[in-house]
Amino acid sequence: MPVVDLAVTSKRDLNAALHALTADTNETLWHVANPEGAHAIAAGVDVPITVEIDGHAGYYCAGMNQRATVIVNGNAGVGVAENMMSGKVHVKGDASQAAGATAHGGLLVIDGNASARCGISMKGIDIVVKGSIGPMSAFMAQAGNLVVLGNAGEALGDSLYEARLFVRGSVQSLGADCIEKDMRPEHIEILTRLLAEAGVEGVSPQEFRRYGSARGLYNFHVDNASAY
Amino acid sequence: MDNSKIPQTLPRFSATFDPHTLAEIRRAAATGIYDIRGGGTKRSLPHFDDLLFLGASVSRYPLEGYREKCATDVWLGTRFAKKPIHLKTPITIAGMSFGALSAQAKEALGRGATIAGTSTTTGDGGMTPEERGQSQTLVYQYLPSRYGMNPDDIRKADAIEVVIGQGAKPGGGGMLLGQKISDRVAAMRTLPKGIDQRSACRHPDWTGPDDLEIKIEELREITDWEKPIYVKVGATRPYYDVALAVKSGADVVVLDGMQGGTAATQDVFIEHVGIPILAAIRPAVQALQDLGMHRKVQLIVSGGIRNGADVAKALALGADAVAIGTAALVALGDNDPRWAAEYAKLGTEAGAYDDWHEGRDPAGITTQDPELASRLDPVAAGRRLANYLAVLTLEAQTIARACGKSHLHNLEPEDLVALTIEAAAMARVPLAGTNWIPGQQF
Repeated sequence: MPVVDLAVTSKRDLNAALHALTADTNETLWHVANPEGAHAIAAGVDVPITVEIDGHAGYYCAGMNQRATVIVNGNAGVGVAENMMSGKVHVKGDASQAAGATAHGGLLVIDGNASARCGISMKGIDIVVKGSIGPMSAFMAQAGNLVVLGNAGEALGDSLYEARLFVRGSVQSLGADCIEKDMRPEHIEILTRLLAEAGVEGVSPQEFRRYGSARGLYNFHVDNASAY
Repeated sequence: MDNSKIPQTLPRFSATFDPHTLAEIRRAAATGIYDIRGGGTKRSLPHFDDLLFLGASVSRYPLEGYREKCATDVWLGTRFAKKPIHLKTPITIAGMSFGALSAQAKEALGRGATIAGTSTTTGDGGMTPEERGQSQTLVYQYLPSRYGMNPDDIRKADAIEVVIGQGAKPGGGGMLLGQKISDRVAAMRTLPKGIDQRSACRHPDWTGPDDLEIKIEELREITDWEKPIYVKVGATRPYYDVALAVKSGADVVVLDGMQGGTAATQDVFIEHVGIPILAAIRPAVQALQDLGMHRKVQLIVSGGIRNGADVAKALALGADAVAIGTAALVALGDNDPRWAAEYAKLGTEAGAYDDWHEGRDPAGITTQDPELASRLDPVAAGRRLANYLAVLTLEAQTIARACGKSHLHNLEPEDLVALTIEAAAMARVPLAGTNWIPGQQF
């Protein structure tokens, strides 16, 4: 099990080593010590390995991740798992702004809270936040599922496309074109699966409310000018 | 008095309320919506035409045309990238999206650029296999929308261009109307078919130059520091924007003047936001010089480049390379008079067609309609673009030799004079026949 201590090894060397791995590597569990908030730790990994970061990560941790499981035993900075394509990222602490931004796939689990713009422009990722999320989350979110066990801040789902938003607590306000929608059986199914995948126990899918796009802004109309 | 003998006052149109303005007021009153169109500014602006070269004579001697070499190559990305780009000509193809353009047009751009030994650039909506396959050197745009953005394509690219703005609409996002969102475009952008696609004007996961520096670091980490990172800005405050791009770690800065085109933007935005490229180059070069980074961080300028003289003038003012967009589309066949009858049916005429957002382009370039798109033969259109790029390069060489330069990059502001006070002030070269540079000498 490789252990990379960022107090003695550079982040560049760490990422280069992770990028050099092939899919059949037997070095499947990596530990990163002393991250000290360094940026872009384990960014651009494209092999089915697990990277555990023992401490706080800076911006863009696990950015553009493919196939890997990245665990942050601490907090994560801006843009954790941004543009992730597949794999799993698990933040044991809190996450800063733009968690899971623009990500196309994979699962992002945040045990604590996530700041503003969580899931902004998400394009297929599943995000489970066990705490609360900040304002302008899921702005222009296109696809995927955002599950929030706590509360959502202002302007949730502003200018939303087809992403599904599930919030268990309160929503401070909904953004333009975002409305509450009926929870149908397929949504209960999605929630059940995601809660299980995120390791959430004792929480029923029926406790959530679903929000989605009213699709009123999909084609420009002058009468909607104030909403654009 | 016989009224027939009184001289008639001719009908006089207002210069302020000219026929175009009147028509636009009527159109606005009838529809309640602003005018959206493609292309760049159509107004008359101070431009490269307002500059002239001082050829060699007694005090300078020229190079022999066709005998003495005048090199045209350029290296881009030498600051940090392990694999900088080397182009045979400093005339690159600007970013234009698949979606805005047909797949055939994108392929033709790649083919033409490859024959000419230069680069082409993706756009909002991601990279198509046709484009990658036909482009020897492909720059991958990293845009706020991140439509179609994925790390596999980033790794396939030869350089990455972080787009902060463009000359046609600095401070504006993108727009691709529903009629151009075909199944393929929709799938690439993860959007339902037929809806208006809005592109954000700000990046979703960073704000400001300090964040940009970290974003660029991430892109470098993901690509193992191999690829040049460009930063593209629309020309507004070029001195500060270029300085901040350099501070953020850019290898190359792309500066796009307001003559640069767009696939679809409000006319009021195109015509009234941003500054002409002529006014932007010298402040940008000044920023690079003040930081000791001129020629170390390369500067690509764009917006209204039409001929080799424009290229030579841009380089003389300090740019390392130029980019063309509108001119490249014209070389492919955009606005060609052969489609005159069809332009007339669309209520316009060849040369003036700018409803690129509507997807009904008779030339098959700014469309996703399979029948219209099939009109463009990517091989023949690519050849035309290559021919055009060759002419631009030869023209620029002709001027450089006349000025005694053995490389296009040896052109300098001292080779230029201006025809107007405005151009002299903007380009910071003397008014022709004087030694007066407005704002610098009294």
